Amino acid sequence: MSESVVTREGVRGQRPGREASPAALRSGRRGGERTVVPDAEFASYYGRPILKRAPWAASDIAGYFFLGGLAGASSVLAAGADAAGRRHLATVSKLGALGAIGVSTALLIHDLGVPSRFPHMLRVFKPTSPMNTGSWLLAVYGPSAGFAALTHVTRLFPRLGATSTSLAALTGPAVATYTAVLLADTAVPTWHESHRELPFVFAGSSMCAATGLALALLSPARHGSVRTTALLGGLIELAASRRMRRRLGLLAEPYRRGRAGLLTLAAETLTLLGALTAPTARTRKAGLLCGGSLLLGSALTRFAVLEAGRACADDPKYTVLPQRRRKEAETREESPPEMAPPLGLS
Amino acid sequence: MGLLSGPEPDVAADAGHADPPPRVGFFTDTSVCIGCKACEVACKEWNAVPEDGLDFTGWSYDNTRALGADSWRHVAFVEQRRPDGDGGMRWLMASDVCKHCTHAACLDVCPTGSLFRTEYGTVVVQEDICNGCGYCVPACPYGVIEKREEDGRAWKCTMCYDRLGDGLEPACAKACPTDSIQFGPLEELRTRAATRLAQLHVAGVSDARLYGHEPTDGVGGDGAFFLLLDAPETYGLPPDPVVTTRDLPAMWRYAGMAALTLFGGITAISMFGRRR
Repeated sequence: MSESVVTREGVRGQRPGREASPAALRSGRRGGERTVVPDAEFASYYGRPILKRAPWAASDIAGYFFLGGLAGASSVLAAGADAAGRRHLATVSKLGALGAIGVSTALLIHDLGVPSRFPHMLRVFKPTSPMNTGSWLLAVYGPSAGFAALTHVTRLFPRLGATSTSLAALTGPAVATYTAVLLADTAVPTWHESHRELPFVFAGSSMCAATGLALALLSPARHGSVRTTALLGGLIELAASRRMRRRLGLLAEPYRRGRAGLLTLAAETLTLLGALTAPTARTRKAGLLCGGSLLLGSALTRFAVLEAGRACADDPKYTVLPQRRRKEAETREESPPEMAPPLGLS
Repeated sequence: MGLLSGPEPDVAADAGHADPPPRVGFFTDTSVCIGCKACEVACKEWNAVPEDGLDFTGWSYDNTRALGADSWRHVAFVEQRRPDGDGGMRWLMASDVCKHCTHAACLDVCPTGSLFRTEYGTVVVQEDICNGCGYCVPACPYGVIEKREEDGRAWKCTMCYDRLGDGLEPACAKACPTDSIQFGPLEELRTRAATRLAQLHVAGVSDARLYGHEPTDGVGGDGAFFLLLDAPETYGLPPDPVVTTRDLPAMWRYAGMAALTLFGGITAISMFGRRR
């Protein structure tokens, strides 16, 4: 029932704990008493969400974000390895980048409603669409990563190899972080309001993934500075996540509840574990465990963010409460209290 | 600034239409809506919109639930206790529709250019272009546009683009028996709405308010706006939506900084490792 009391004294403030809200329906009415929890202090249309959740399959899109991050950061790692003359690290990172970006693009195409129309992504150049920008980015990055890997393995065309390695290292960081803009550029408040920190979460998480791959596949003697990079990546991700949730306030709630809460907890535990053990992973087995947890943590981070956005879109309170607070603040600023509410417009 | 947010008086010209006709829109006056759902039916008939499920919700007379890929008009029914406290009930009805925003996030984020601005200032999906990426869906601050699972593409109200070309009004407005749905040039509708609001206020309906009519609001004003009798959220509308692309320059700035951090961090550590 969407039943509420309307008073002549005004609409707002007169109706705390309106029965129409889903929270009140669940806890208040069934218990036979009105709830006064802040959750319930807004009207909703039968508790129905205002926003539509993104129609993306988590395995496709979170996988696409994770693998894109793995690829992008691996390319930077590979360029550094080339410069430092560390061929084994370059091999792992270049092949890893090529494999990851290949599967990543396949996942993106798989998620389309009409996969055969994937090339439509490139029929326009549209800076207002992060997905369009990202597609162009992939169109440059993908072949670069491909040439970098092929020339490295075959040792053919060294000059083309060096150019494509540099190009992949320069565009890789954008591939790893643009996906945060893609999520932030939506009406989903938990995503949109985190547009300052989310790129850093993804950047750190991508560093974890790329170093995780190297730590897992290389023998400990060849880990070298990758260990330090893993630690740095983990610290960046965890610090950015923490800051993000603190700034989000009410909108961080989806990260603490339900499936998104579990995913966040798992992701952060694995990332922390991987990052902290990275500097001391001196055996093959330790490298595998440490690298594995960094990779898994990075993947779960993307799943957690995607799931939190879903939970946020599904509950109208995350849409209504911040907007109403903002609107009330604006109204207070604009109209001095001595002004009577206008009766007509003329 | 004007192209991403804020007032934009000439949307069609800004979208590249030379000498466009006046921008048109809907003014939906919910105070005279009788909940007949003729708009829903007319829309489905004219646009050949598929069935959207035959459910019984128990939400008053609303079994449509929400706007979506297969519901381009949706009549909301809200049952409330009356304001005068005599224990009686009042019944709010409102026909919701795509807002055809001045700054339409769905259009902004569409990667293929499938969503476009027509010469009438409305926002339409080109179904032969849409590849079903679904980005427009979470971008819409009103939760209007949706992916149709059967064919994988995104669908929403076109404001009967085909009818407009022939000088006809959209099917829903044509079918509305009480003129709750009014179609016309947006400027004229805004004047009409202001007059109607004043009338209602004089008549003592102090809860009446306009929604989506201000060119200064977060989406630059709606092409389809409303006269409501209660808070927007009561009808399932967001109280103060803002087009997400307003902050796009800031988003890219932060992403750029993060990308630099990633590049600088890895490169610095690699170089330091070499020297040792």
